[in-house]
Amino acid sequence: MNVDLRILRYNPECDPAPHWESYQVAVDPMDRVLDLLIKVKAERDGSLSFRRSCGHGICGSDAMLINSRNRLACRIRVDQLGKKISVAPLPGLPVVKDLVVEMSGFFGKYRSVKPYLINDQPEPERERLQSAADRARYDDTTKCILCAACTTSCPSFWARSDYVGPAAIVQAHRFIFDSRDEGAAERLEILSDEDGVWRCRTIFNCVDACPRGINITRAILEVSSAIVGRRG
Amino acid sequence: MDYPFDAIVVGAGGAGLWAALELAREGVNTAVLTKLYPTRSHTGTAQGGVCAALGNLEEDHWEWHMFDTVKGGDYLVDQDAAEVLAREAIETVIELEHMGLPFNRTPDGKIDQRRFGGHTSNYGEAPVRRACFAADRTGHMILQTLYQQCIKHGVKFFDEYQVVDLLFEGGEPAQGGRAAGVVAYRVADGQLHTFRAKAVLLATGGFGRMFRITSNAHSLTGDGVALCYRHGIPIQDMEFFQFHPTGIVGIGILLSEAARGEGGTLLNDKGERFMSNYAPKLMELAPRDMVSRAMYQEIRAGRGIGGKDYLYLDVRHLGRKVIEEKLPDITDFARIYQGVEPLKEPVPVQPTAHYAMGGIPTNVFSEVVRDDKGTVVPGLFAAGECACVSVHGANRLGTNSLVDLLVFGRRAGRQMARHAGSVERPRPIADAVEPVRAELEAIRGRQAGGESVAVIRKELQDVMMDNVGVYRDGKLLTGALAKVRELKDRNGAVSIGDCGAVFNTDLLEANELGYLLDLAEVMVASALARTESRGAHSREDFPERNDAGWLKHTLAYKGPKGPTLKYKPVSITRFEPKPRTY
Repeated sequence: MNVDLRILRYNPECDPAPHWESYQVAVDPMDRVLDLLIKVKAERDGSLSFRRSCGHGICGSDAMLINSRNRLACRIRVDQLGKKISVAPLPGLPVVKDLVVEMSGFFGKYRSVKPYLINDQPEPERERLQSAADRARYDDTTKCILCAACTTSCPSFWARSDYVGPAAIVQAHRFIFDSRDEGAAERLEILSDEDGVWRCRTIFNCVDACPRGINITRAILEVSSAIVGRRG
Repeated sequence: MDYPFDAIVVGAGGAGLWAALELAREGVNTAVLTKLYPTRSHTGTAQGGVCAALGNLEEDHWEWHMFDTVKGGDYLVDQDAAEVLAREAIETVIELEHMGLPFNRTPDGKIDQRRFGGHTSNYGEAPVRRACFAADRTGHMILQTLYQQCIKHGVKFFDEYQVVDLLFEGGEPAQGGRAAGVVAYRVADGQLHTFRAKAVLLATGGFGRMFRITSNAHSLTGDGVALCYRHGIPIQDMEFFQFHPTGIVGIGILLSEAARGEGGTLLNDKGERFMSNYAPKLMELAPRDMVSRAMYQEIRAGRGIGGKDYLYLDVRHLGRKVIEEKLPDITDFARIYQGVEPLKEPVPVQPTAHYAMGGIPTNVFSEVVRDDKGTVVPGLFAAGECACVSVHGANRLGTNSLVDLLVFGRRAGRQMARHAGSVERPRPIADAVEPVRAELEAIRGRQAGGESVAVIRKELQDVMMDNVGVYRDGKLLTGALAKVRELKDRNGAVSIGDCGAVFNTDLLEANELGYLLDLAEVMVASALARTESRGAHSREDFPERNDAGWLKHTLAYKGPKGPTLKYKPVSITRFEPKPRTY
């Protein structure tokens, strides 16, 4: 079958502004959007730039706006989208070229929430014990691959780019609710800032966008409740 | 720009990150360079587990793990290195838990463990529960945990800096030169920078992208290995490349061996568990080389599903709870990429190019060695898949890739810290970026309409898959060698469509294709020379293992007309070679 693939192109070295270009591409219905981009680059225009690595939804390189929703290009098939497919860079981040956005701000927010285990107790000889129930408490948020699909789908982030964003809160949640961690107070302090969790308006775009199926809004609400509980 | 550091780590997968963490703890001024973002590294896609003889669920000993590794590698494993691997697996896994890795837990709160191919109790008696795991995303959690710790310890990262050359002081390695740093291409703007350091670690991963059907990421193009080869360092045991039995048909995405570790079965068109004819004791948990060969035999005998070139992986009987708690990601892969519901249907699978046992030769301190006598290249280190220490010999056991990168990544960091404390920083090298600048400019400057990167890459992937796969023979390999050389010639005329400076992936892919072509030539030449069958190298014209002639490692040096092959002995300390049955 053929699809009409539209790509929002932008080359800062020669284009005054982003513009759409259309490509008729012969595809198999089981092809992923990433396959289409690779095909266009190989056969039509080698200058098309996009990030990709693992090609099966684990590395998080190829998040982009596909048919008006943030998704990973390697996880969405042609037969799920139909014959008209549009691809644009993630919204709300500066565009470097074509589908490549500037990620350093996103990773800076991630680092700001102290995304590492904090525990100053002497380490035991063997593993620290953790019950299966305690392990399950934060399982959902360990799945995050930092693809930025959630944060860049969030209207609160579009409105205020200083908002720490859903991905950073998910990463904080992963430690706040880990029974081995003792850094919850420090992280909750950071996240109670004016650019922290209170900017979430429970719009659920992040949940729709997450390619890992994480219930992000619930994680944000659990962090908000922990902040409130701490104050009370 | 010229960046002076004390240590440089190239690659931010598990090996690179653990080395960087050790260096940071020792206060060594270190930079990590990665052509991706660290969390995009391929360690993150490892699924099933990381073996360590913790004995949390049943009796286990590191000596058993060592034996399984040696036997699994068809006795080409260096046993001094395998001993280090099996012993230190235990403390590295415990240390990862202390760093916060969210392992699945036993009912009493310890790290949970499951069975994996080739890992046995009491020297081969029966499968043992040795693989520590976090659902079927163990690699993701290892990568995340190590990156988190690097952030905690203030490691300096240069993201999307692609290393394109190695620098030496006092001559090339063969003349006794020492590592002096690297040249890196900044992807964002195309600028070349030099990074000088006393110690340089290559942790650049594998090169499965030379095959058509592979589990490997697009980024796995053998950069560090090829750069060593071009600088006269020999490449070891390249004929041994692992095909993982259970890839998604046509596209090669991996379905973890954990599916079989949890009790999944392999079925042919008649619905038979055909592994009973090939490995009656371990069945589906035989090592990967044997299972992949068994699958090819079934397909050749017309017992592929519907007579086609694939078989079934069946997990239906495991039940929803086990599948959802222990195998969630691979279940999802089958649904998305194959349109199959594993709870209700068997999943079509075929072998997929997965892992390079060979690579840059190293000793147990992760130092790069450049000859059969173990002469060290001062200041140069390698760890992880790009290195060959050799703990995998002729065939790697499942999970041992993660054990390898943890144990030898950690050792690399510690040895680099010692080394950096004992030498002066190299002086700036005049015109250090010029050779690679000339290479890149030659590609960029060619008139459009020359040879295409995508076409040459496709032809390379086809010939490697069809002629240098699970089964090989002299005729297929001779044909492959001629084809790879033809492609190398044509690659000299390759032209690209992007002449810009900003995020020019067209140029980088052309450069990476050169690495793949060099390594493919080494692989085919090494395979053609080895006239025996051992581990993953299976010659139909020489079907037997030949210890008298071939119990030795290959070293391939770059010569004027292609690779020159030499050999070095295998270290045998505890286990004399025996026939390999399961």
